[in-house]
Amino acid sequence: MFSFIVSRLLQALPVMLVVSFISFAMFAYVGDPVAIMLGQDFTEAQRQALVQELGLDKPFFVQFLTFLGNAIQGEFGLSYRLSRPVAELIAERAPATLELALCAAIIAMAVGVPMGVYTGLYRNSWLSRIFLTFSLIGVSLPTFLIGILLILVFSVWLGWLPSFGRGDVVRLGWWSTGLLTWSGIKALILPAITLGLFQLTLIMRLVRSEMMEVLRTDYIKFARARGLPNRAVHFGHALKNTLVPVITIAGLQLGAIIAFAIVTETVFQWPGMGLLFIQSVGAADIPVMAAYLMMIAAVFVSINLIVDLLYYAVDPRLRIGRGRGH
Amino acid sequence: MSLLQVQNLRVEFPTRRGTLVALDDVSFEIAPGEVLGVVGESGAGKSMTGAAIIGLLEPPGRIAGGQVRLEGRRIDNLPYEELRRIRGRQIGAIFQDPLTTLNPLYTVGDQLAETMTTHLPIGPAEAKKRAVEWLELVGIPAAAQRVDSYPHEFSGGMRQRVVIALALCAEPKLVVADEPTTALDVSIQAQVIALLKNLAREKGTAMMLVTHDMGVIAETADRVAVMYAGRIIEIGAVREVVKNAAHPYSAGLMGSIPPISHRVERLQAIEGAMPRLSAIPPGCPYNPRCPFVFDRCRVERPELMPAKANRAACWLYAPEEAHRLQESGLA
Repeated sequence: MFSFIVSRLLQALPVMLVVSFISFAMFAYVGDPVAIMLGQDFTEAQRQALVQELGLDKPFFVQFLTFLGNAIQGEFGLSYRLSRPVAELIAERAPATLELALCAAIIAMAVGVPMGVYTGLYRNSWLSRIFLTFSLIGVSLPTFLIGILLILVFSVWLGWLPSFGRGDVVRLGWWSTGLLTWSGIKALILPAITLGLFQLTLIMRLVRSEMMEVLRTDYIKFARARGLPNRAVHFGHALKNTLVPVITIAGLQLGAIIAFAIVTETVFQWPGMGLLFIQSVGAADIPVMAAYLMMIAAVFVSINLIVDLLYYAVDPRLRIGRGRGH
Repeated sequence: MSLLQVQNLRVEFPTRRGTLVALDDVSFEIAPGEVLGVVGESGAGKSMTGAAIIGLLEPPGRIAGGQVRLEGRRIDNLPYEELRRIRGRQIGAIFQDPLTTLNPLYTVGDQLAETMTTHLPIGPAEAKKRAVEWLELVGIPAAAQRVDSYPHEFSGGMRQRVVIALALCAEPKLVVADEPTTALDVSIQAQVIALLKNLAREKGTAMMLVTHDMGVIAETADRVAVMYAGRIIEIGAVREVVKNAAHPYSAGLMGSIPPISHRVERLQAIEGAMPRLSAIPPGCPYNPRCPFVFDRCRVERPELMPAKANRAACWLYAPEEAHRLQESGLA
């Protein structure tokens, strides 16, 4: 088990190296940081001084190694736009995005899995047809449109929920949470639904097709032939066998939710990393973009590791080398 | 009184091109403790009969007529939940492929215990204890340790032993065994059949043994039913049917078994193939292949009638056709 985790971490190393190289390459090829930082009026001496300060006169690989060394220590330099340390900016914004993504993922799983099981079991019922039609809408409508429609209905027409922002937050150490205040929770509902809807329909369709597949297998037929109650057959035997692919997709989708919350955060002016990123792109704020890129890569790598560990927990056939009774 | 009575059972599959009749007028009985072998070619309706009895026909298949009675009580029209209580508890089932019939995510002990706690008034601890006993009974070595193993940690033959334990663990009165050895190595087949036979005898369990292996039938069954195109065409004591088959088809089937006593150059075969369900000929379904066919066979469908020591669905055995039987040489 331990060696498995270590080998996975070793495999993650090259991935992170490549990503950090791409992040670094942005400095060299996306715009000219010196020109951006100096503005329009500057002397040659000022330019030289800044070039030296940023280390841009050193050879390419020295620059890359310096970047890498700093990145490992969580040091991504100063934001061009805000002149504040990037790490600080991201740490400030991360809780908002993570809370939003987590709530969206929980909604997607908690609603998507039961709907998938239901539509898989009762293929021809009218409720299944409604769910499937609904899922088509969820898959095909773009996120920003869903967000705007929700705002129109629940904020403008009904006035139940706020249309932007995060509400009141409570600070727990460096983490700021909106989950402990009523206004924070109210502010979370619409963006979480907007962000989770696509994943919800995806998970529902996946669970449905996996259920239909599993229900045709011999071991389900045999479970019925043994006279097990429907509940045990459907949830104990069938659903558990659909979990491996569902975990894979759900894990990757969680990464995607965190990484691509950009649109939702923009629509709802959610003060998270996505909004920070889109503003940074607008200002060619490369240190923030580079740090964001590396952080998202790290998120995907760790989610993949967790997914692999979950396979282990779910499917005994994967626990090779740990077999018993041989 | 017989344990299982199947009367005029008819199973249909509605399809877009019309209704297929998979089982037509199938009737037989099984006495308590008796082993009935069911033989026939692939697609003759052997497995379908078993599935219909335990109420697990694949949709859209459905019982369109006839009755299934267990100890005199009609079970083919029970609601799902009531039939579920009968499955496993009163009628056990064994399937063909042991590699796919066990759920890969649960230990064999869990699967056994789950079956027993569903049907018997026992708690989890007692169920676990009995699970070990059952594994010992079906000949799994080191059962106390293996009870916590997953199916993929067993060989095919061992898995089929586990399946047998699962089918018998709630002590049903009847077991429907659908080709229990077909997927196994030849060397394992005999062991598994012997185990099944001995356990059934010990527990007094009746068995419906579906197979196309005549050797298995001859060794295990008390009586045998021969199926063709969804119908039973001959039924009788196993010795009589094997040695002295009445129906031309069963006679051909037995004749196609190569004798062990002397060398044969060419194996005997029956000309032609069994008709598809969509193209069963009128009259006797075997008439296009039958060497003794006459006009009546193509028009009128024969019922099972006394024939030699058995009962066969063949017009040759109608009293008024006695002269044809003489000519055929079957008598």
